[in-house]
Amino acid sequence: MSPSNSHIILECKALSVGYTNKKKSIEIQKDINLEVRKGEFVAVLGRNGIGKSTLLRTITKVQNPLHGSVLINQKNLQSFNALELSNKVSVVLTERLPESQLTVFELVALGRQPYTNWMGLLTENDHQKVLWALEQTETLEFADKHFYELSDGQLQRVMIARALAQDTDIIVLDEPTAHLDMHHTIKIFQLLKQLVQDTQKTIIISSHQVNLAIQLADQIVLITEKEVTSGVLKELIERKAFDELFPSEILNFDPALEQFVLQKK
Amino acid sequence: MSLLVFVLLLVSVSLGSVSIPLSDIFDILSGGESTKSSWDLIVLNFRLPKAITAILVGSGLAISGLLMQTLFRNPLAGPFVLGISSGASLGVALLVLGSSIFGGVLARLALYNWAIALASSLGAALVLLAVLLAARKVRNTMSILIIGLMFGTVTVAIISVLTFFSDAQQIQQYIFWSFGSLGNLSWQEIWILITIYLTGIIGILFVIKPLNSLLLGENYAKSMGIDIRFSRNVILMITSLLTGVITAFAGPIAFIGLAVPHITKLIFKTSNHRILLPAVGLLGAIILLICDMIAQLPMSEYTLPINAVTSLFGAPVVIWLLVRKKKVYV
Repeated sequence: MSPSNSHIILECKALSVGYTNKKKSIEIQKDINLEVRKGEFVAVLGRNGIGKSTLLRTITKVQNPLHGSVLINQKNLQSFNALELSNKVSVVLTERLPESQLTVFELVALGRQPYTNWMGLLTENDHQKVLWALEQTETLEFADKHFYELSDGQLQRVMIARALAQDTDIIVLDEPTAHLDMHHTIKIFQLLKQLVQDTQKTIIISSHQVNLAIQLADQIVLITEKEVTSGVLKELIERKAFDELFPSEILNFDPALEQFVLQKK
Repeated sequence: MSLLVFVLLLVSVSLGSVSIPLSDIFDILSGGESTKSSWDLIVLNFRLPKAITAILVGSGLAISGLLMQTLFRNPLAGPFVLGISSGASLGVALLVLGSSIFGGVLARLALYNWAIALASSLGAALVLLAVLLAARKVRNTMSILIIGLMFGTVTVAIISVLTFFSDAQQIQQYIFWSFGSLGNLSWQEIWILITIYLTGIIGILFVIKPLNSLLLGENYAKSMGIDIRFSRNVILMITSLLTGVITAFAGPIAFIGLAVPHITKLIFKTSNHRILLPAVGLLGAIILLICDMIAQLPMSEYTLPINAVTSLFGAPVVIWLLVRKKKVYV
């Protein structure tokens, strides 16, 4: 492994995440300590409403931490302005796109906005980056279609292409396979894994595809009611960390199979 | 398209209750002398200012509409939804209708054109200020839209209360203003309108990029380095300035701001604001010029209120859009 591989790109220190309204703050998770390295595929797992999205929103500065800090390249996230951050972190969100007549190419090209001039004109270099992103995600064939003509699986690959075109070290995806069938889910996971290997980007996802995620992720972040733990698969199995993930009456973690299995009556 | 605007400008100038041969029109416009000196007067002091007003008003309102639709990601948004034109109406209503209740200075002021324009601008600016203050408190853009609508409702209510206590003459004066008119502007007022219009257009050049990124929604726009709050305030300010001043001089002209962006998107099949903005501006000018020609009822001495024509034209377009909404992605 080259030294750059051990370079810590994103760090959470004693981080508390949650919401504030007026004077009250609602803490969803506290004391989160994480170290994410360059070229790592990180999966954030946990049941519904446990704070996966809140954590992802906090590390992408959509919402502010209640306590503690997020560091990107050793620099506090709060000291980044929108443009600086857009050079470091790109996102794929769960929200639906507003209706528009954007073509796939135009949509992916919007990812170049942090680098284009005040009018947003693409240079030759920008053009190449967009084409590269489309090729990587196998979406070049749809380039001239309107985005609303695509299936959910195709559109998700296009949204990943847009994040790639933004040319950031970190890509954060919130439930990238939420509406997809098994085939397309696996395809997206493979694509992300491939991108991590080929481009040395750091990809952080939240997912409910637990069995798939623990097979492919380099680091797993488990969010339970008690705590947020992280590590590689073997460590977490040794610590029996998976037992806390779901109420165990229905689902059990099988350490031999390294999978969750249905509890048979 | 700009050629079409120019041709329509000529056609518009040549149409009217007094028929003037086209060759004389050319003579007058190029600074020469026509056969009759009264024709000079009609063309230079009445028809040309009116046609220029139509171009500025049409494109200004249409561009404001496009900005609102993109900012609020809502195809039914227009310059009217923020309550800006309602604010302008309220200003005029307070002046005109209030004069019969409060009398005195108001009553004398209501007789002047400039006082009406001032009242209208003040009303528009006041509502704008309220909306901008609300925008600082409220994060969600959709809430600002609803707040704007509420301001609109309140002003309508106040106007109807004022109407109830006013006498017939004042009500008539107010209603004439609300019909909208392109023809009442002096050259001096047109220069003011042109200055404001150009200021707005220059401002828009700097928000083309944020507008395009807003096509993906605010969260994506932010992740691509756009300062959302700043862009939103610039867009709101440009819209209010254009709408406020246009309404002040030409009355509340309906539907152009709502319908023209839709028609443009259907024709050009794009959402890129680098193409859309000039296209919407030109089409707005073209459509209002045409509406103005229809309003003059060629071959007759009557002139319809411009607002009636734009509404008669605009309402079916909106209905048609909603009916085929399944297929339209605007």
